[in-house]
Amino acid sequence: MAQNSQTMYLAIILAPLLGALLAGFFGKIIGRIGAHMVTIIGVAIAFGLSALTFKGIVLDGGPIYDATVYTWGVIEGVHLEVGFRIDELSSLMMTVVTFISLMVHIYTIGYMHDDPGYQRFFSYISLFTFAMLALVMSNNFLQLFFGWEAVGVMSYLLIGFWYQRESAIYANLKAFLVNRVGDFGFLLGIAAVLMYFGSLHYATVFETAPLLRDLTIQVFPGVNWSLMSVICILLFIGAMGKSAQMPLHVWLPDSMEGPTPISALIHAATMVTAGIFMVARMSPLFELSETALSVVMVIGAITALAMGLVGIVQNDIKRVIAYSTLSQLGYMTVALGASAYAGAIFHLATHAFFKALLFLGAGSVIIAMHHDQDIRNMGGLRKYMPITWLTALIGSIALIGFPGFSGFFSKDLIIEAVHHSELAGSGFAYFSVLAGVFITALYSFRMYFLVFHGKERMSASVRSGLRETPAVVTVPLILLAIPSVIIGWLGVEAVLNGELFGGSLLVLPGHDVLGAIAADFHGAGGFVLHGVTGAPFVLAMAGVAVAWYLYLARPELPGRIKQSFGLLYNVLDQKYGFDRFNEFFFAGGARGIGTLLWRGGDAAIIDGLVVNGSARTVAWLASVVRHIQSGFLFHYALAMILGLLLMITWFVTL
Amino acid sequence: MIALSDFLILGAIMFCLGVAGIYINRKNLIILMMSLELILLAVNINFVAFSHFLGDVAGQIFVFFILTVAAAEAAIGLAILVVLFRNRQTINVAELDSLKG
Repeated sequence: MAQNSQTMYLAIILAPLLGALLAGFFGKIIGRIGAHMVTIIGVAIAFGLSALTFKGIVLDGGPIYDATVYTWGVIEGVHLEVGFRIDELSSLMMTVVTFISLMVHIYTIGYMHDDPGYQRFFSYISLFTFAMLALVMSNNFLQLFFGWEAVGVMSYLLIGFWYQRESAIYANLKAFLVNRVGDFGFLLGIAAVLMYFGSLHYATVFETAPLLRDLTIQVFPGVNWSLMSVICILLFIGAMGKSAQMPLHVWLPDSMEGPTPISALIHAATMVTAGIFMVARMSPLFELSETALSVVMVIGAITALAMGLVGIVQNDIKRVIAYSTLSQLGYMTVALGASAYAGAIFHLATHAFFKALLFLGAGSVIIAMHHDQDIRNMGGLRKYMPITWLTALIGSIALIGFPGFSGFFSKDLIIEAVHHSELAGSGFAYFSVLAGVFITALYSFRMYFLVFHGKERMSASVRSGLRETPAVVTVPLILLAIPSVIIGWLGVEAVLNGELFGGSLLVLPGHDVLGAIAADFHGAGGFVLHGVTGAPFVLAMAGVAVAWYLYLARPELPGRIKQSFGLLYNVLDQKYGFDRFNEFFFAGGARGIGTLLWRGGDAAIIDGLVVNGSARTVAWLASVVRHIQSGFLFHYALAMILGLLLMITWFVTL
Repeated sequence: MIALSDFLILGAIMFCLGVAGIYINRKNLIILMMSLELILLAVNINFVAFSHFLGDVAGQIFVFFILTVAAAEAAIGLAILVVLFRNRQTINVAELDSLKG
């Protein structure tokens, strides 16, 4: 059995890799159709086997798999290994990742139809799937880090996929650099784990962790910090980079420069959730540090609220969804901070479906609009693109958490969980997530109304070309819309009573907010009924109503509001000045230091003082000494005699 | 009886005269060569004096060598001097400064 499952897991992870290699290296030989066939088959195999794994472990309660497949090296007792830990958490993630990836693969056939880099694109997204699976299935920190960096590289390559666009190159470099900041913290965290636990293996580390609970370390002399807090916060800094939490969120909106399927796959559904997944995976560590949990919660709350606000003023259809993603990642982070890991992963899964749906829907609109992404030029698309319209509506409703749709269950769970939490900062977080509900509804439906309803603002030539996109685009939309509706119904009970995640997430009794909710839980239907009467529902409906009033009933109002709140609008439009600040402080500072080192260190000291300086000293010395060389014999003779005298005196007196 | 020190003082005086001649003389290369001879002779006097007072003939034999070499040197020196004069129409020491750095 163990041997069988190992073969199966290897097949899951290697099938996309094989597809990527074939499409990447032999793209010219196998051609366009060959490239998409081979990668789609690879990912389909991965999805099929992942679903089988999910069924085996979660639904049938099969045994958890945790074993090393290959030992890469041993250094002083530290094993560097490739291994799999397949439990409830990772099997769920594998299924979500491969499913979204499969949908995106199929969708890409339509979206990238005319692109010269067709085979390259398929190779990249398959390779990304491989990297993400390596991250998710890992049973040790080293492989986690490998996957972590590999998805970062793929993200870099894919944001800059259209490498002739300057803005794309700028965006992918930015994403890479910002992620590097986070990865630095992450790497320090892993180093700390290795230093104090002496092992990179999850199971060993989690077992030893409670013993080190009260250990303090001195990072700076005289300041005692709890080891657990230091490790967790360092790891969380990594998560902040990858999952785009404030203030490391700046790369995500810019990453929309990449092709839309990538925005759906990487920058909405899977890669950005790696941070959330990682924190959930490390729950046995995070549970031991309330400080770290508070930090996580507060950062998440700030992100959830602040990024949602920015979403309201964006005009690029993909950027609105990007800010929405940031805000939803904030929700997940808040849930992590409140120890509702299951809630966070649940929201991660539901969000993956409806956000991929929204992104692919946006891509469909973009195809129809001939790659115009400005929502001010859209409007009334409903009657031209019925399938896109319907699926986008489902996605939006799921996103705002309308009772019964998937987003409702996961988001309400998070809000309730924060409400029950007693950690420092939970009051602020509760306020943020509640206000976030209103804002989410406002920006989602602002976009929805501007794109699909109201006046048709596009030019006549674009309007004449408007039609529904082909089946390779709409079928993935429909396939994603279905789980966006039903997955909440199916999942909520299993999440609350702990069946879905079993022992893969650890929550200490004092933090068990989901347990508190579960005590009042009487089936999904009751949860919906309860939701209809709750504050989040009222807020969401208010958001939709405001969006309707401002953008459909009185379309002239937003402009007037913009004028009367010019300052506020500017702050939001500038995204709180993070970009400006980074550009001025970090980029400018780095350039300043560079100039200083160049002018001062290189030009002045090395070139001026050391290289040219020594030559110049010799030249100067020679120019002084040459005056002694008068050319007159009698001077030389005198010098000789004086020298002799000196020497003789020296010899005699000695 | 003339003491050894008298000879040595004489040698020293001749040596100093030679050195002074080299340094003070700014006009004539021939005088410079003569001063050189004077220095060599001062050395010879020292050799002879020591040879006599110590009863060792080796000193006097050495003097013969020095005289021979000095004669040869004078011959070569004068030859160079003639060539120099042909080239530069002067034997003024103060003008011979082509070694100046």
